[in-house]
Amino acid sequence: MSDGNGLITMQLMGKSYQVPSGLTIMAAIEYAGYKLVRGAGCRGGFCGACPTLYRRDGSHRIFTALACQTLVEDGMCLVQMPFVPLLTRPYDLQAIVPQPNTLLQHFPEIAGCVACNTCARSCPQGLPVMDYIQAALRGDIERAAMLSFDCIACGICSSRCPADIKHYAVGLLARRIYGKYLAPPAPDLARRVAEIAAGRYDAELDALISLPAAELRARYEQRSFEAVADGAEPYSATRRYNSPMDPVDYQDELAG
Amino acid sequence: MQLAYYPGCTIKASARQHEQAALAILRALGVELREMAEWNCCGVVHTLTSANLIRHMAPVRVLARLRQQGAHEVVTLCDMCFNTLARANLLARQQPEQFAAISASTDSELRYDGDASVLHLLQVLRDRVGLAALRARVRRPLRELRVYPYYGCKLLRPSTVGIDDPETPTLLRDLLEALGATVIEGHLQSRCCGAYQAVDQPGLVAERVTATAAQARAGGAEAIVLSCPLCHFNFDTLQPRNGAPLPVFYYTQMIGLAFGLEPEELGLEARQIDQLPPLRQRDRAQAKGGAA
Amino acid sequence: MSMTIRADSQANELLQTVEALSGQRLAACYQCGTCAATCPFVAAMDLPPDRLIQQLRFGLPGVLERRAFWVCVGCDSCAERCPRAIAVPRVMEALRLIAIRERGDRLAVAQLPAATLRDLPPIALVASLRRNTG
Repeated sequence: MSDGNGLITMQLMGKSYQVPSGLTIMAAIEYAGYKLVRGAGCRGGFCGACPTLYRRDGSHRIFTALACQTLVEDGMCLVQMPFVPLLTRPYDLQAIVPQPNTLLQHFPEIAGCVACNTCARSCPQGLPVMDYIQAALRGDIERAAMLSFDCIACGICSSRCPADIKHYAVGLLARRIYGKYLAPPAPDLARRVAEIAAGRYDAELDALISLPAAELRARYEQRSFEAVADGAEPYSATRRYNSPMDPVDYQDELAG
Repeated sequence: MQLAYYPGCTIKASARQHEQAALAILRALGVELREMAEWNCCGVVHTLTSANLIRHMAPVRVLARLRQQGAHEVVTLCDMCFNTLARANLLARQQPEQFAAISASTDSELRYDGDASVLHLLQVLRDRVGLAALRARVRRPLRELRVYPYYGCKLLRPSTVGIDDPETPTLLRDLLEALGATVIEGHLQSRCCGAYQAVDQPGLVAERVTATAAQARAGGAEAIVLSCPLCHFNFDTLQPRNGAPLPVFYYTQMIGLAFGLEPEELGLEARQIDQLPPLRQRDRAQAKGGAA
Repeated sequence: MSMTIRADSQANELLQTVEALSGQRLAACYQCGTCAATCPFVAAMDLPPDRLIQQLRFGLPGVLERRAFWVCVGCDSCAERCPRAIAVPRVMEALRLIAIRERGDRLAVAQLPAATLRDLPPIALVASLRRNTG
């Protein structure tokens, strides 16, 4: 319990430690004297290396979180989960022909999904995990790719799944298939790459490179933004799939 | 008429033709099906023990989502989904302690007020649209076709959720006769095809579909007409290859043909039309601009 | 060689568990054989449903090693006709569940051939997992 001088108690691997409140779990573990040689990565909530299981005082419930993103609480009893063992299914992306059963074929255990939603409730990114597995089960590869777009492959969902589904692997394959076979081709991109290869921008780039630093800085600060039409939203491929991590509305930044 | 619609995984994966045909005929009948905004696999089949309550979550979640989306009724095409959803619905209503345990394990995230009904499309066609309306919409009666209606098990049993008499069902016969077809019946028409045994005991399925097709053929039938996507798969792939397997169609496709819709609108491939000489002749007559 | 058998004994643990899981009271069965006569798959069973029930009740050995309850697909034909209203499919499911608990999953879904997985309607796989795995 808290002792009034800003220190709180946490239990790590069964041992008690007094740590200052206001630290993240990861910082608290290091404050307690541990050097993290695994289970730590970007420290920014994006690499998925630090999944943590914990209990709170007085409750039987198990919670899950990322250690680098979650503040330690008084009475927390926690353990880290370096990785979740994954049965890898070898595949050759070049040889895959996307069909309704493709994801089911590579991960037949998704047919065991009981729609309990434990995965979505334990996802530290708030993603609709069950829904992308369901999309995969019915062959909607695009939807599976879009709904899983922001997955950081921390494995917390898989560790809690009663059917032992490896959600992040399913999502990854869905996104790879989508990117390679299903995403609409971008002719403008191909055209632009060809222009660059043909040297169309060489002269302009050479001129910029040889500018004095002050002149370059001035030009940078006076750069123009592409105007966004009134009411138009910045483009987002995933927006209609309601990803909670859709890009920020840049209108606010422009106006301010 | 507008109804919420639950497709189920298989309709979207390997039985798209059934949905395609259903939507086409319903358009012709003035019925609109609205696919549920977010739905999950129904978790077929209904779990039969008092343990493994977690397996009831999937179908109950479908019903909970239906209610969240503001609807009270949902229609499905797939017999297995219908059966699983209907039985889960009964459980939620009649065994509240079991349902309470399921809900509590999700921290009450899964909540269902028991206020939804599950319908099968055949029920809607028989009870809401009515066979008279169906008959009135027929433009090209299937007079030259002799068909054997196959019910399978999930549509009829258990009788607490079944939509017709499990011993002597008449629904498909009445429907096909309304389309002008000649209906051949036999006792095997409501005997299980073997369903999911196709996964690892296909011999069981092969024996059943062979016997049923033989009965149909002996009665003079040229095709089997059915409702369930799994029965369709079993009849389509597990009849013996030597000799000619009896072709199998969804009842939605038969209705569509009788309505005069084009085979492509009904998800029918050329090879399927080819399997039925009467249909092939109609096609040719149609192409020539001739009368039916 | 003689052995003592008792019908519906409280010491018959398997029977107790089956009845608890299935909610069925097997003493109600009077062996009319309607279920066996009705079952579309009885020819593939090593014991027809009525004899399986009888062997369960008498605590005879080897019930859990039978193939019969794996053949049962739950079509409910027998349940609709049983004059004693015994839900035989529930008894079959209870036996499957006990066998899975004792011996593990019957179906290793990860080992199904790729061609099978490619062509099967998803409901077949989902249903098979429900009935053959724990």
